[in-house]
Amino acid sequence: MEFTFTPENLNRINEVISHYPEKRPAVMGVLYIAQEQNGWISYEVMKEVAYVLDMKEEEILGIVSFYTMYHEKPVGKFHLQVCTNVSCMLRGGYKIYDHVKEKLGIENGGVTEDKLFSLEEVECMGSCGTAPMIAVNEDYFENLNIQQIDQIIESLKNK
Amino acid sequence: MEKIVLPDIKDLHLIDVYIQNGGYTALKKAFSQTPDDIIDQVKKSGLRGRGGAAFFAGLKWSFMPKTSSKPKYLCINGDESEPGSFKDRQILEFNPHQLIEGTLIEAYAIQANAAYIYIRGEYHKWIKLLEKALADAYEYGFVGDKMKEKLGGNYSVNIYVHKGAGAYICGEESALMNSIEGKRGYPRVKPPFPAQNGLWGCPTTINNVETVANVPPIINKGWEWFSKIGEPKHPGTILYGLSGHVNNPGIYELPSGTLLTDLIYKYGGGVPGNKKILCVIPGGSSMPPLRGEQIEGIKMDAESLKAAGTSIGTAGIIVMDEDTDLVQVLARIAKFYYHESCGQCTPCREGTGWMLKLLNRIAKGEGSTHDLDLLISVASNIEGNTICALGEAAAWPVRFMITRFRDYFETCVSREVTIPVANKVHSLRHTEYPLAPIKD
Ligand SMILES: Cc1cc2nc3c(=O)[nH]c(=O)nc-3n(C[C@H](O)[C@H](O)[C@H](O)COP(=O)(O)O)c2cc1C
Ligand code: SF4
Ligand code: FES
Repeated sequence: MEFTFTPENLNRINEVISHYPEKRPAVMGVLYIAQEQNGWISYEVMKEVAYVLDMKEEEILGIVSFYTMYHEKPVGKFHLQVCTNVSCMLRGGYKIYDHVKEKLGIENGGVTEDKLFSLEEVECMGSCGTAPMIAVNEDYFENLNIQQIDQIIESLKNK
Repeated sequence: MEKIVLPDIKDLHLIDVYIQNGGYTALKKAFSQTPDDIIDQVKKSGLRGRGGAAFFAGLKWSFMPKTSSKPKYLCINGDESEPGSFKDRQILEFNPHQLIEGTLIEAYAIQANAAYIYIRGEYHKWIKLLEKALADAYEYGFVGDKMKEKLGGNYSVNIYVHKGAGAYICGEESALMNSIEGKRGYPRVKPPFPAQNGLWGCPTTINNVETVANVPPIINKGWEWFSKIGEPKHPGTILYGLSGHVNNPGIYELPSGTLLTDLIYKYGGGVPGNKKILCVIPGGSSMPPLRGEQIEGIKMDAESLKAAGTSIGTAGIIVMDEDTDLVQVLARIAKFYYHESCGQCTPCREGTGWMLKLLNRIAKGEGSTHDLDLLISVASNIEGNTICALGEAAAWPVRFMITRFRDYFETCVSREVTIPVANKVHSLRHTEYPLAPIKD
């Protein structure tokens, strides 16, 4: 599918570029803008980002594949990220993770059939003092138990 | 005890409240002095980095060349991805202006042409909060072109927020610079050090968020005042993070040198169910773990922890009670470093994978005592043989956990070697029967 930035986003991109002495450092910010517009980073998106920043397509791929927050395939409307690192693990992180897997019937990296939810097991999110945690897209939910997870998922379904 | 970085003032994140409480006066004061005066005061204060290595901040600033044909840069490290660390996030939320003011003072001291605050991408919400605070500071004239008019003098600087995108390694200072440059976050071989050859090949200084947030009070109240707080060799307060098996996990700002047991029992409310402590990691998951019976009397500052055989790291204290499955914990830690290794150095790239495989084997109940020796051998071969300190970060927990909890791990493995012979020979070679050196 063709991809071009909206005029507003092109303005935002110019703003990001102005933060640096050259164009290239804007690539991380531009990829975020692209992901916001397209939902994930497809080949067409990379092509367009490369074009906008005078970079090579393979350089963009190099960036996208290095950083875990750029989605190389489509994710659900609600991308659930469960931390299972030590501090969360000690407070039930894996119980939360297993529960979400079972409830949604998907594995790590999976997307539900209705494309509503996707799941990712993530590394420490900086919520160790409020563990266990789950992030839904960009929002953190902390100090969780299984009941609260159920409530969160139910309320997202109705959103 | 007075709190320096996270004082209990309501709505301190708002610029007006911050100003009412003396905010941005340190900046004015700094501007009336020479950059060298500022570096001198920070040196004398004894302020040490809060990002992991506890390096002396003033000394680091003094490495910057006084004259340079190239621009100079300041990077503030808010990548905060070490498991067990969640302190910088509190500064972004509750006291972002002190971070901005500290950044401006440091930028002035090293005469930076621009400053970049690098925040991990997952901290989306906190980036928004910082950006709001920064926009207000711009509007009030504390940052950017309006500075000269507002503060007098000839210096002005812009501050930009750079959002990371999920890579622990970008917290390593040279990887962080590559990331700002729009490259993969690969650490660079040192030397050259950032003060000579940093961002875009220009002189650069990198400091942690908490480190710079300490600077405005030092300028305002004087280095002598600061140097008398806590332990003289590592003065000031520290944002201690408590997580794992404690009743009241969270961030506690207390003087350096606070007793580890006080943190856990007095402030953290002890262990749920009054259980005994099996293990404590005092400074984020990469630091050498301590046995529960070892922690009595240990003070939380760089020198005391070094003497105790571990390290302050990010002061993220992870507490594990007596029912914790240490094999699972260590396997999880190993998985993290395996996942985060950037892959440039063979010992780190391969070694982290081997350690994870061995630990998973032990976790499945198929491990042998030889695996424990092999783990120590692999870990020891990573240490000191890599470009960056992620190598040590991956090796330390494995080596120290197994040596310090040998009795525990022995009960989790069998004496029999159950793996195929080829592997057996391999593991023996590395332990009891090293190959004879080749002679000609
Ligand atoms: C693998 C690795 C990850 C690191 N992550 C961070 C981090 O997230 N935040 C940080 O401030 N320092 C981190 N550091 C330390 C930095 O390299 C650097 O020493 C520090 O930012 C300097 O600031 P300071 O002197 O104020 O502590 C990391 C180091 C390594 C080796
Ligand atoms: S030690 Fe590991 S993380 Fe650091 S540069 Fe080498 S491979 Fe990369
Ligand atoms: S370990 Fe899960 S947020 Fe830190």
